[in-house]
Formats: sequence, structure tokens, C-alpha cells
Amino acid sequence: MKVLVPVKRVIDYNVRIRVAADGSGVDTANVKMSMNPFDEIAVEEAVRLRERGAATEVVVVSCGVAACQDTLRAAMAIGADRAVLVATDAELQPLAVARLLHAVAQREQPGLVICGKQAIDDDASQTGQMLAALLGWGQATFASKLELSDGRAVVTREIDGGLETISVALPALVTTDLRLNEPRYASLPNIMKAKKKPLETLTPEALGVDVTPRLITVRVSEPAKRQSGVKVADVAELVRKLRDEAKVLR
Amino acid sequence: MTILVIAEHDNAALRAVTLNTITAASRIGGDITVLVAGHGCAGVAAAAAAVAGVSRVLLADAPAFEHPLAEDVAALVIALASGHSHVLAPATSFGKNFMPRVAALLDVAQVSDIVGVEAPDTFVRPIYAGNALATVRSIDATKVITVRATAFDAAPADGGSATVDAVEAPAGSGLSAFVSQTLSKSERPSLGDARVVVSGGRGLGSAEQYRGVLEPLADRLGAALGASRAAVDSGYAPNDHQVGQTGQIVAPELYIAIGLSGAIQHLAGMKASRVIVAINKDSDAPIFQVADYGLVGDLFDVVPQLVAALDAEPG
Repeated sequence: MKVLVPVKRVIDYNVRIRVAADGSGVDTANVKMSMNPFDEIAVEEAVRLRERGAATEVVVVSCGVAACQDTLRAAMAIGADRAVLVATDAELQPLAVARLLHAVAQREQPGLVICGKQAIDDDASQTGQMLAALLGWGQATFASKLELSDGRAVVTREIDGGLETISVALPALVTTDLRLNEPRYASLPNIMKAKKKPLETLTPEALGVDVTPRLITVRVSEPAKRQSGVKVADVAELVRKLRDEAKVLR
Repeated sequence: MTILVIAEHDNAALRAVTLNTITAASRIGGDITVLVAGHGCAGVAAAAAAVAGVSRVLLADAPAFEHPLAEDVAALVIALASGHSHVLAPATSFGKNFMPRVAALLDVAQVSDIVGVEAPDTFVRPIYAGNALATVRSIDATKVITVRATAFDAAPADGGSATVDAVEAPAGSGLSAFVSQTLSKSERPSLGDARVVVSGGRGLGSAEQYRGVLEPLADRLGAALGASRAAVDSGYAPNDHQVGQTGQIVAPELYIAIGLSGAIQHLAGMKASRVIVAINKDSDAPIFQVADYGLVGDLFDVVPQLVAALDAEPG
């Protein structure tokens, strides 16, 4: 069974982002970019499936600018077998990405797609579910455990207030939560090997997908800063402030 | 405009986030219909009908909806969506699961996790863990929206007198099946609903100390327990306690952060709280930059003192 893993190039999670002065967006010039952390977990899970014989091939796919090749190479250094880049300089929103991935999935015919549950830049948490709907597949989002048996994926999902287990017929789509696995560090030999793995480049036009954005960004602004508060000397002062000033004690 | 709000509930009661979502709908303006999909949930439909501002309740009562699956809920919403200008659901693990399916099948964009309504087609939403706010305008005919509950007040639970109409549920897709559920059993309020949240980080050092130190304080304040990602990753607290960009977003009256440094991903989940207290032995911890009241000290000394001082308070 082939596993398809979409990966997104995002501003590294350690970078403190800056809102562009003209309100058009967030500064991405000269900022460290990395693979979306949830996608890294997705790649790791797919590679583990192949390593234990449940999958035969791991294909990674990214949509966006040419530099997404670096993200795809990073995924292949973790252990993915080959990569597909859907190259475009256009702004891509989740619905457009889902439609591009739908077209790629129709070419690749995977038995399982594993996506990150959200990207840490737009925090939309849409693409996986949209792709599942377009494919007409079942989905299991926010997975903290994944097992494959008898043509089904049995997935434990993180939900508000606890855990839920569902069973989804394959082919299926799974989105990863934080604790599904801990991605390995790519070793230097694997990073070198990844440079020689096949990387195919497609375009939205070749796939016949219109990627025109449906949401127009009117402006991007900085959130109101919280007034920084005071340090209290001891517990007695803290309780006094909570009672008399903040009035939050009942 | 006609707005369809998908209710979140447990078949016995409406979850509070539904009331916040109804307020977001009323900010958009127009007729508000609430869909209650569940099993044996006529009481929930009656409660939804009593919410101020709701004009109609649709009740889809079927065994398949006892534990709603994304494929089936999406199919039901699609069947009912025509004629509505907006479809809204809370941005919880429930709403986030099925709403993008609805959007994709309607071939429209989804606007996720809105915190403000500027116009019926223009919404404000946080991006980059809340470090920026994007104002976006949707050009689609139907607006599919998830709502950050903490950004909107709860609609009054009474004062409404909507009609309740039963609707037929489409046949299940059979693509997926519910197996089991493990909900954290607790006498405490749930994280999303609590007036006070007591949250712990790696400074607690172990699962035993997380519980041993924080529970007496949470009991005294009637608080929910929260945790940083570091504390959850270390096994001190269960997954569903995680507050942050990728956990739960909370905005209680009082948030007490204990032994947690305050990574931006954590701040994203709690900085809308009304009053923030930080207790940490590192006076440079970033949590102090958002705290109204900071106390630098060893949490293992300070927290028991705080419990004792609160016990000495009247009332």
C-alpha cells in the first residue's frame, strides 16, 4: 500500500513573527522556514508503517514555491521514498491545496493519506478534512494512535474532554496530533541520500486545478498587547490583590 | 440572511460553546436556525429553542448520531445548507472535524476560528498562534465558519421560543464507525467552561506532584486543571488538559499558571483570560510578561501557602 503525505513549508515554530508594516501580511523575508511540525509527525508515521511492512511506499507532496523542494528533501531524509512538488507562486488557501492534493491523489492512488492536523502559520485546520471529502473517503482527525488491520484504520483521536476511537475503511485520510509519535532526527547519510531521491514537479495548470483564492485578506494586524502586570512580594499580597483589585475571588 | 448554527451537545445538554456560537451568528445578523443532530436528544432541541435569538430548531434524531461521525454530520449539513447564507459551528474538536468537509463539498472556503465579525462577509481570525490577526472577506455565496467560543459572550439560554422541526437524517456513509470513547471523569468543570483554570507546567516535576500540588488549589477555587504541552509530553497530565495553539483555547475569569514558562504556543491558548496569575521560580520566564500578578518563588512552597490563605478567606 502506498501512503501519501502532504507537507507544508512554514515559518519555523521558534521564529517570533513580525506583522508587515503595511498590514498586508507577515514578514517572511530572511526568516527561517521549516516543515510544519504536524506534517513531520505525518511523515514519521508513514515511514514507520513502511518499516514495519504495513506500507510499501511513502510519497510526499508539497504545493507552493520552488523552495518547497527543501521541505520535500527534509521529508525524504526522514525516510519518504519520493516526492511531488506542485509548483506555483500563487497564494494558496486550504481549499485550493485540497483540490491540488485531490488531483495528485488521483494520479498516485494511495491507500492512505496522512496529513498534519493544522499548519502553524494559518492555523486553519482544514486541508485534510477537505481532501477526504473531495476523495469521498472516511477520515480520522487528530490521531494519537493509528493501527491498520483488515482493510481498516483504527484510530484513537484526541477530542475535547478525552479520547475517541473510530474505525475507518481504507482508503482513508488521517490527520496527526502531537502525540502520535516523536519524529526522528534525519542522519547525515540519510540527508545525503535524500538528495538523490526522485522529485517530480507538476503545476496547478497541468493538474487542471483553479487555485484562485476565495478569501481576500483585507489586512493583517498585531493583536492588542496585554498590559504587563505587577510582581507581588508574597502570597498574602497576591490574595489581597485577587480579592480587592481583580475581584475574582468568590 | 439566514444562518444555520450546528449545535454541540452530549445528547443530554447543550454545550456552552453553542451559546457563544449563536452570539456570533447574531453579530452577523439574520434569521438563526439551530441544527441539533444526536440520538435521544429532544431535550437538547428544547433547550436550543429557548435560547434568545433562535427562530427555528431542526432536530435530526437518529441512532447514527449518538456519536456523530464527520462524514455523516457533513452529509446532513449539506442536505440542509441550501437557502442559508452562513453555516456556523464552534471551533472545537467537534466543529473542526466536520466543517471543512461541508465547505469542500459546497466548493467554498472555510473561515476558521473567527474572533470577530466586521460585516456579514468579513471576519477577524487569529493566525500564527494568535501573534497576528487577519481580517478576511469571503467572496463565496455560502460562508462556512467556525467560531472561537471565548471571543463571544454566551447568548441568554432563555427568552426564545423557536419552533422545533424534525428532519430526516441521510443514510450513513458506512465509511467509518465509532468504536469507543474515554472521557476524563472529573467532578471539576471542563476546561472550556471553567470560571477558573489552574494550569501546570514542567516545573511540577512529576504526575504525582502535578496532582498533589494543583488539585487542592483547583478544589478550593472550583477550577478546571490545565497543562502546558511540556507537562503533557512529560506524562504529568492527560492530553485533553493541554492549553495552547494546538490544544484547547480558554479564556476564564482567572488563569493561574504554575511552574510553566509561557511558550508562545501556550500563551496563544490563554492570553485572552481576564486575570492571569503566574507562579514561577524563574523571574525571567515569559509568562510574567502576560501575567497581571506574578509571584517569583518555589511553587512547592507557594501553592500550599496560597491554598491555606484562600482557606482563611471569608466565604
